Amino acid sequence: MELKIGAIIEEPGNSLKNRKAGWRSFRPKWDKEKCTQCMMCWQFCPENAIHQVNNKRIETDFDFCKGCGICENVCKFKAIKMVKEEQ
Amino acid sequence: MKKIEECSKAIAEAVKLCNVKVIPIYPITPQTHIPEEISKFVNDGEFNSELIYTESEHSMLSAAIGASASGVRTFTATSSQGLAYTFENLFIASGLRLPIVMAVANRTLSAPINIWGDHQDSISVRDCGWLQFYAESSQEAFDTTIQAYKIAEQINLPVMVCVDGFNLSHVYEPVDILEQKQVNSFLPEFKPKFKLDTNKPITIGPVAYPNTFMQFKKQQQDAMLDSIKIIKNVNIEFKNKFKRSYGDGLIETYNLKGKKKAIIAMGSICGTIRELSNKLKNFGLIKIRCFRPFPKQELINVCKNLNELIVIDKNISIGNGGALAIEVKNALFDKKINVRSYIAGLGGKDITINDLEKALKNKEGWML
Amino acid sequence: MILGLNEKEYFASGHRACPGCGQALAVRLVLKAAGDDTIIVNATGCLEVFSTPYPETSWKLPYIHVAFENAAAVASGVYRALKIQNKKANILALAGDGGTFDIGLQALSGALERKEKFTYVCFDNSAYMNTGVQRSGATEKYMETTTTPYGKKIHGNLLWKKPMPFIIAAHNASYVATASVDNPIDINNKIKKALNSEGVSYVQIFSPCPLGWKHESNKTIEIAKLAVESRFYPIFEIENGILKLKNIENPKDVKTFLAMQGRFKHVSDNDIDEIKRYINDQWNRLLELDKSKAKL
Repeated sequence: MELKIGAIIEEPGNSLKNRKAGWRSFRPKWDKEKCTQCMMCWQFCPENAIHQVNNKRIETDFDFCKGCGICENVCKFKAIKMVKEEQ
Repeated sequence: MKKIEECSKAIAEAVKLCNVKVIPIYPITPQTHIPEEISKFVNDGEFNSELIYTESEHSMLSAAIGASASGVRTFTATSSQGLAYTFENLFIASGLRLPIVMAVANRTLSAPINIWGDHQDSISVRDCGWLQFYAESSQEAFDTTIQAYKIAEQINLPVMVCVDGFNLSHVYEPVDILEQKQVNSFLPEFKPKFKLDTNKPITIGPVAYPNTFMQFKKQQQDAMLDSIKIIKNVNIEFKNKFKRSYGDGLIETYNLKGKKKAIIAMGSICGTIRELSNKLKNFGLIKIRCFRPFPKQELINVCKNLNELIVIDKNISIGNGGALAIEVKNALFDKKINVRSYIAGLGGKDITINDLEKALKNKEGWML
Repeated sequence: MILGLNEKEYFASGHRACPGCGQALAVRLVLKAAGDDTIIVNATGCLEVFSTPYPETSWKLPYIHVAFENAAAVASGVYRALKIQNKKANILALAGDGGTFDIGLQALSGALERKEKFTYVCFDNSAYMNTGVQRSGATEKYMETTTTPYGKKIHGNLLWKKPMPFIIAAHNASYVATASVDNPIDINNKIKKALNSEGVSYVQIFSPCPLGWKHESNKTIEIAKLAVESRFYPIFEIENGILKLKNIENPKDVKTFLAMQGRFKHVSDNDIDEIKRYINDQWNRLLELDKSKAKL
């Protein structure tokens, strides 16, 4: 690893390079049928693990989802269910 | 142009000539004349610079770090309790590799509270990773401040320019104040190696875990040791341009040739030592101009022919002794020189010619 | 734009915040409001530690961290450096409640007085979380922390929260606001307003901490909402000294709010009554100020 002067990090947002999901106990199961694309889950995810394409949410990024369950909690349409990680 | 200037004003003139852009300030005796003179320049429209009236020395150096990290030349000044108050920022400024220049009008540290000069303040922070120069005269303070930017910006480490509180900071002497053209020809515009810039976002000041932290410290140490070469070169360049130099940049000697005995010291006390050397003619002066990086090899060379060395320290590490003596003895440990150390001038106590003569004659005890 | 928010992301995934971290969400939202031309100054704390573990960084904007108490002082230096170069950028100073209410107060007060120009955002999770949940000047009464444990003799923290927004307003700040992570568009609007205000502006964001407050990680938004709806955490703006309160007509029972969090698990019925009285007093004072439009 090349160490830059003064420990500066020159690559912005490079935390995206390494997958960080090993600690997850639960994962969100997204029901596309029930989903109305209200985007509440996109808005409230502290990890930005729910990406959007053309203002519509896509499947959760499981490289970075921590399984906190906020998305299930804010969904008014019961379109997200937290299930055990092993499933 | 030669003028009669107070040393503090000479430093302020140097800061103006170096085109410093951001100057956080805070008052503390005896450095206050430095920001006062700078304020006069700014408010008279002679000097376009952002003065920040910070609410403490801690914020003062923090603002300097923020400004330097944003890519502009920065200056600040403090003494004693102020330097102690901003202690953590000293290490941070060095660790972040920012080329800040700070004048320190050396004053002792409380308690008891005392406003007069000794080297306790800057000596007590010698581990922080700043280069340290101790000036003997107003001219040297002026010249060193300008050289400090050139050195700092090459090596990316901050520099402290120390002047004895009152004994030097408040003294009026003839000083050759260089013209702007001259300084411009010596000190180029600041081109930072990195900075906060929305066009090129970087992260400054991350957490470094044990697996990398020590490497960064090695980088700092290597840089500090590499600066020895740069200090010498800058000294030569200054001499070529302005006909003034200070030894090799790190150590200056006086009347040392052919002598077996020498007194070694830092700062304005060297003036008194020169006088005594002229009077007695049996010893020479070794002036340590640059204390950090410590000029080990240069000291060994200069002491080649000595039998006896007397170290004068204007500081004390309670529980051991004077810092200069400890580091000198460390450098000369295997040389056959009798090194004696005296602590003198603490809290502004006058160091007289008599005191120094007693030291030469092997006075009892460790205090002058 | 999605739901009124900038769809661009400035805070990369892969940071090491706890699952359900209120502060991580708040930062994500604050940066969306600030946009591209922004420089971040961050004090030591959870955010700094979980977002910049060398060699990784989650920041896509220029960022500097110096020490714990000096976000406002460093931001002052950054602002002046930009100013003298005739450059302009949004400057955000981000800190936790410890680094603001307590150790950061001096630097913030100085920056306010000097009328530097940046927006100071305080993520209020009511304790020194990064060092393991110790009480701070923002800690609520009866809240349990590691230094205010609910012991046999003394029942948790016995002091009320320092009224930080009013301290800022007393400096004649042009814009002061409180907000909560349950309302992203509100945070968005307030940050934009703050960035467009004179001098140093201040936004304090209620950021639940699942670890420190001992609540389930999925309840972050619910708790943030309940805090506002029970009047426990009043939401208001103070613009040029005039207070505007977000009125909560039929407040929810604060007991529900307290029961969701382990940090209040030990509160007795007496304690709850006292808390309710305090909330009432605080609310009435705010209503008075809002109605009278008296300049603070």
